[in-house]
This record gives sequence, C-alpha cells and structure tokens, in this order.
Amino acid sequence: MNSKIIGRIGIYAFLAVSTAFFLIPVYIMVTTSLKGMPEIREGNIFALPLDPNFSAWFKAWSSACIGMACDGIRGGFGNSLKIMVPSVILSVALSSLNGYALALWNVRRAELMLGLLMAGAFIPYQVLLYPLVIMTRTLGIYGTLPGIIAIHVLFGLPVLTLIFRNFYASLPTEIMKAARVDGAGFMQIYWRIMLPMSPSILVVAVILQVTGIWNDYLLGLIFAGRDNLPMTAQLNNLVNSTFGEKEYNVNMAATILTAATPLLVYLASGRYFVRGITSGAVKG
Amino acid sequence: MLSFRAKLPALVTITLTTVAAIGIMLVAISWTGVISFTKTQLIPRYEFVGFTQYVRLFDTERFHVAFSNLFIYGGCFISITLAFGFLLAIMIDQRIRAESLFRTIFLYPLSMSFIVTGLAWQWFMNPTLGLQKFVRDLGFADFSFDWLINPDKAIYAIVIAAVWQSSGLVMAILLAGLRGIDRDIWKATAIDGIPAWRTYLSIVLPMLRPMVMTCVVLLAMAVVKAYDLVVALTRGGPGNASDLPAKFVIDLTFERANIGMASAAAVMLLMTTIAVVAPYVAYSFHKLRR
Repeated sequence: MNSKIIGRIGIYAFLAVSTAFFLIPVYIMVTTSLKGMPEIREGNIFALPLDPNFSAWFKAWSSACIGMACDGIRGGFGNSLKIMVPSVILSVALSSLNGYALALWNVRRAELMLGLLMAGAFIPYQVLLYPLVIMTRTLGIYGTLPGIIAIHVLFGLPVLTLIFRNFYASLPTEIMKAARVDGAGFMQIYWRIMLPMSPSILVVAVILQVTGIWNDYLLGLIFAGRDNLPMTAQLNNLVNSTFGEKEYNVNMAATILTAATPLLVYLASGRYFVRGITSGAVKG
Repeated sequence: MLSFRAKLPALVTITLTTVAAIGIMLVAISWTGVISFTKTQLIPRYEFVGFTQYVRLFDTERFHVAFSNLFIYGGCFISITLAFGFLLAIMIDQRIRAESLFRTIFLYPLSMSFIVTGLAWQWFMNPTLGLQKFVRDLGFADFSFDWLINPDKAIYAIVIAAVWQSSGLVMAILLAGLRGIDRDIWKATAIDGIPAWRTYLSIVLPMLRPMVMTCVVLLAMAVVKAYDLVVALTRGGPGNASDLPAKFVIDLTFERANIGMASAAAVMLLMTTIAVVAPYVAYSFHKLRR
C-alpha cells in the first residue's frame, strides 16, 4: 500500500515538473510584458509585476518601431490575415476536390501519383526555393500577395490531398455506385454527397492550414514582398534587429500577440488540431 | 465501368492539381540540381563546371559545421523528445486527475510558430536577463548558464527549445497507442511478477513500433527543415557555431548571392532527407497499395 502511495506521489511530481517546464517561457513573457523597463532592469525575471499595466501591449500593437516604420505589429497581423484566408480557402478547396478525384474515380496511375505526393510532403523547401523564385518572377507574382498565396497552396497541396484521399477512400463504395446509377456527375456527387459527409475532415484540414500558414516565416519572408511581410517576419525584425536598449516588455507583448491566433485555434479545437498534425504521416 | 466522358472532370481536376504540383516540384528539384553544376552566383549562368561547386562546398568550414550540427542536433533532439514524450504519455496513462488539463499544457507549444518558440526561450537563456542572472542574484555568483553565447553549447540551446515544442506531439501519438493496447497484458505481467518499467520497455514499446516510427519521421523532418528556430534563437551564432544546413542554404542563396554553391548544399540536404525517409515512404506506399 505504501509503495503505491509513493508511486502516485512520484507520478504527480513528474507531471508538476513537466508542467513547469512547459509553462516557464509563457510565464516569463506574460509577466515581463506587464512590467515597466526600470522594473525589468532591476528585478528578476521570475518576479510578478509590481504594477501590472498593458502599456507595452499597446506600444507593441500600434507604435513600436520595426526598421523605419513605427506602426507596431498590427500591420503584420493584417498581412498575415490577407495571406492566410485566401491560401486556406484555395488549398482546402483544391485538395478536397483532388483527393476525391483520386480516391473515387478509378484514375490510372493514382497510386503512383499518391506516392509522389507523399514524397513531395517530405522535400526540404531549400531544394525548391530558388527555382520557385525564378518561376514566380517570370509570372510577375514574385513579392506579391498572389505570389505568396500560390506558394502556400503549392506546399499545402500534398499533405492535404493525402488527408482527403484517405478519408474519401474509407467511405463505402456503394455510395458512389448508387450516385452513378442515378446519373450524377463528378461535380454533382462532390457537392451534394461528398462535401456534406466531410465536415470533420474539413475542420481538420482548415485548422492544419490556419496554424501552419500563420506560423510560416520563411516562405512569407521570401515570397510575400516588403509590403506584405507576415506577422512572424515582422516580429523577428522587431525583436532581433532593434538598436539601442532592448524593450523586453514590448518585445514579449508582440510575441504573445503573434502567438495568440494559433493558440486560440488550438484551445478551441484540441482534438482536431492533433488529428491534423499527425494524419499526414500516420495514415499515409 | 466508367466512360471516358464521365471521368473527364476528374482527370481535369487531377491534372490541374496533383500533376501540376508534382510537375512544378520535379522541375524545381532538377533545376536546383542543374544549377549546382554551373557557375551561377547571383543570376543563373548555365556554364557547366562539373563538380566544382561541390568541391568548394566541401572546402567550406561553415558547411562542415552546419552538417555536423545537423547530426548532433538531430540525434539529441529526436532521442530526448522520444524519451520525454513517451514518459509523459505513460504518466498521463496512469488514471490521473485533470488529465485533459495536463494534455492541453503539454501540447500547446506545438501550435506556436518556431519564431515564437525561439524568442520565448531566448529570454530565459539570455545570461544577463534570464536564469543565470536570477540564480546569481540569489547569491550563487559562480552559477553559469550561458549556452546561447557559448559556441560549444549554442546548438544544445536549440535542442532544449525544440524539445519543448515537440514533446507534446510524441506524447499525443504514443498515448493513442497506449490506449489501444489490451489491458490484460498488465494482469499477465503482474502474475509473472515483472516490474512495470520492464513491461513498458520490453513488451509495450515493441507493440508501439508503428507509432514510434511515425514520431521519428515527423521529428526527422522537423530537423531537416529547422530554420526559423535557429534564426529566432541564436541567428546561427555565436559566429556560425549553431548553424544548420537549412539556414546555410538560405543565407547563401538570399544574402551571399552564392547560388551555385547553395544549390550544391541543397542537393546534399535532399540526399540526407532521402536516406532518412525513403524506407518510411516505401513502407507506407506498400501499405497503401494493399
């Protein structure tokens, strides 16, 4: 009996230490963002703020200087939205249609194409980037909003297609047969039968793309152009290249603001979020 | 049997999406391959010079640092994350209270950008602001935690931040695996007097092999792609001490205008990736066909 109690204490001790490890960075960021600079200089990083206030948050949002512009991080928030919304809609729409076509229409070489898509999901971006720069430049969309959206759609397509293909392939084949006997065509079956059956997989795909595109840094930096830099890129510019004294409270507030969107998506959708992250590789 | 007419919309869809995407990627990979054999620096110059760029690459000190860091970082990150994630999954599987709260806490870093993760840890590990200052202020003047500015330790600072970000993923995947295991195993091993840790290591772990494989592949891909985290946490420094191949390639392409050599390095990175994931892709493809 005693050893069992010791065992339980051990389990909870391990969980408590782990919880501290996972929460430390966020604790530091939240408390520091609520302090003033003199308090940060003199006090210690784990101390609670003596006089908590949100002035650093307002400065981070609307008046902190990134390079020459002193408009805070709100412009980056808008850019990230402008990049994310069309990219998510386009990539999910195209991939679901694509997965449906590959799964249910007996297309020749479908297996080969799936294999290549799977390989595509694993290719390091670095091998593709420079040719993609030349291609988008030739098309006249390098450094523009349509350019970065096209790039996100391209990189999202392999994993999303696999997710949708696996979902549609798991449906009973009788559904397709019955619809075909009734004379329904490709788009009709997709709109009236398949889409209404796939809300959960759509949610998984949307969440995967929303968090993935919001958190992207590299692609946005290269393809979005100066005027459309996403929030992550502006955050990094703010924190890692400010001259003079570092305003830690403003920097940390800006970091929390950047993390807020995917964090809220995660908290609102835990189960779907995990499914999205793992499904590309687990089921493939 | 479907007629060609009926199939046509499906074929058009697939051509415009799958075939186009695969086509673009294959063209881009070949293009990078071709450039790696040319003199290209800032703009493409298709004057072939054989393996010159590769020779130059292997003579570059920074390339060796980046690639040896890839294996140090990959080895530490994957093994620690797997072990820690597996432990978290086991602990959570002990019918504990507030299970979903713990799970939420262990998983939330996964939703964050690597930029955010890098910055968040940058402050904790900053010697003049974070843990080192805190402990010294407590009176331990000799305490030192300077990994961020120590060339020999900087790469391990990145490991810590990466473990923080990814352990929850391993926990989630392995926990799903643990929940799928027949509970009778525990009765059987209890009768035989086998201790719990031994059961986990010798019986449960082998049963979870497919899930562990999945974790390893996901983590390995994160290693090969690791760029943002390095940029946000150490910027590859001090010097080039915590450089990784992904960052090496990007810097050479977009900052140093040394695109021929960058392409050669990208090809090396691709080869490394293929060596790591080819067995896994072949295995899943085989499963898909059945």
